[in-house]
Amino acid sequence: MRVVLAEDHALLRDGLTRLLTAHACEVVAAVDNGPALLPALVEHRPDVAVVDVRLPPTFTDEGLQAAISARGVIPGMPVLVLSQHVEPLYARELLSDRTGGVGYLLKDRVSHVAQFVDAVRRVASGGTAMDPEVVYQLLARRESPLSALTVREREVLAQMAEGRSNGAIATKLFIGEKAVSKHINNIFTKLDLPPSDDDNRRVLAVLTYLNS
Amino acid sequence: MDSRDWIRDGLRAVLGGLIAIPLAALNLPLFVLSVATLILGVVPGLGMVLFPLVTQLVRARADLARRIAAGSGVAIARPYRTAPERAVLGGWRHYRWVLTDPATWRDLAWLVPGAVAGVTLGVLILAIPLYGLEGVLLIPLWIWLGTGWYGYGAIWPFSTVGDAFLSLPQGALILSIGVAGAPYLRRCGALFDRLLLAPTRNAELRLRVSQLTVTRADTVDAQAAELRRIERDLHDGAQVRLVSLGMTIGLAEEMVEADPAGARKLLAEARETSTAALADLRHLVRGIHPPVLAERGLDGAVRALALALPIPITVETALPGRLDTPVESAAYFAVAEALANTTRHSFARTARVELWHTGSTLVMQVSDDGLGGADPAGGTGLRGIERRLAAFDGTMSLSSPPGGPTVVTMELPCASFSPKTTPSSGTG
Repeated sequence: MRVVLAEDHALLRDGLTRLLTAHACEVVAAVDNGPALLPALVEHRPDVAVVDVRLPPTFTDEGLQAAISARGVIPGMPVLVLSQHVEPLYARELLSDRTGGVGYLLKDRVSHVAQFVDAVRRVASGGTAMDPEVVYQLLARRESPLSALTVREREVLAQMAEGRSNGAIATKLFIGEKAVSKHINNIFTKLDLPPSDDDNRRVLAVLTYLNS
Repeated sequence: MDSRDWIRDGLRAVLGGLIAIPLAALNLPLFVLSVATLILGVVPGLGMVLFPLVTQLVRARADLARRIAAGSGVAIARPYRTAPERAVLGGWRHYRWVLTDPATWRDLAWLVPGAVAGVTLGVLILAIPLYGLEGVLLIPLWIWLGTGWYGYGAIWPFSTVGDAFLSLPQGALILSIGVAGAPYLRRCGALFDRLLLAPTRNAELRLRVSQLTVTRADTVDAQAAELRRIERDLHDGAQVRLVSLGMTIGLAEEMVEADPAGARKLLAEARETSTAALADLRHLVRGIHPPVLAERGLDGAVRALALALPIPITVETALPGRLDTPVESAAYFAVAEALANTTRHSFARTARVELWHTGSTLVMQVSDDGLGGADPAGGTGLRGIERRLAAFDGTMSLSSPPGGPTVVTMELPCASFSPKTTPSSGTG
């Protein structure tokens, strides 16, 4: 798997490169600022871009903007955005083009190497990886349409929004895969979402719905 | 303006003119008392008690005049210096404070001219409508009764009954001029009072200095408290976790050969600890200067905040660009605090944040459909907003009748907006 990395701190850039290389990923380019990202993506056409939100020169949300505009130039370009903090607002912007291949994670998640590499792979293959923190913030809203859901359904929804497959959710919640799909059907019914077989479209629908 | 409005304003002004006459007359005994007690100052002890006492009365009277002027739309600030510490009535300190305040003497100088102006204008305000009223009511009555009458208004003396009835339109005209003009005459009186009752340039500066001293002290206190809180949070949070992290890794290092499984368990624990330390730091950073504020400015930060709160919040902004960082930060925390109050106390179902600017003033309005009855004296939240804004000469006003809705309006003078640094994307 070929990766383009955008991270301005040398320590983290090197660490991420080492981590990805150790897990059979090739870091074809590592840039340290926002404007350099798009040319690197166009040149290397990687399987996934791993991008820090805050990059020079503005040190604001340069990385996020670069990632969004890159997806405008190369539609469906898988992008995993990393940040020291997560905002549902940014998640909404990343998801706004309603195509897959989007990840948005706290930098902390890097420490859980296996899960992080899994998220990178998932995004590269067109899936999603939302940070549990984003999902948690969305679920915490009191007057949301989610009040109709049972506790178990909420748990399934949270797992689903993070980008997990039915099998993974079943393992995580110690329930059968059949039960998971039953819960998911209930969720779709209660939230008025059209059922869909495609994992990714399903996640996007849920997240877009939650963000609205 | 509605015709009913000017009649109501006019009648109110006429009534004000009526009350102004006895009030103005009150100035004269006050003046006499002041002068007398001032002279009694030569008698040790006596003047030191009496003059400040009379001054208190004079100030009460002047304050009343200021309040009345405010009613006519003429704002007059109180010019008095604040009393020195440990100043008790009858003491030397108190006496000196009263004597050395120029406002004392300006009040005194105002008493007599103020009385003359007050009585003159009061009489004028009353006389014109009364004369008009006479033309409308009394003259036809007297003609009907056959009483002798000589003339009215422009016609003097009456030669025919027809002439006499011309008093009706004249009276009506004079009455309406009198009623319509009364508020203007009241305003003239207020402007006259302002000449001597308003602070001089010096006194204004002195007031400004004492106000700045208070807000500066508040700001310094608040910042010191904030730094103490940050220090404590770091000390009890991230620092402790990092120490424990180092310890766990050290232990794992020792165990790695003898007990690889145990070492692995410790390393997993270390990873958890590092995650917790980061969460602590993130929480702390959010309280100091939210990253989204640095990245998106006030507009984006308030939108992000609205998304994170448990009730649906509509955000509407009309800001041309980024504010100066300190103002931006103060504005953000003020809005955040107001929203926190809303979600905590009001039982509102929805809330609304509006940000706009008029000239060089940033206006922030947070409203909700909750229970109302919010009281700035009741909690520290609203007081905190006031203090935060005061550091930038900002103000807060609150309207929260029982039953709601609650509207918090905050204003902050802001020198400039810099052009947006980030393109506004689909944040709607």
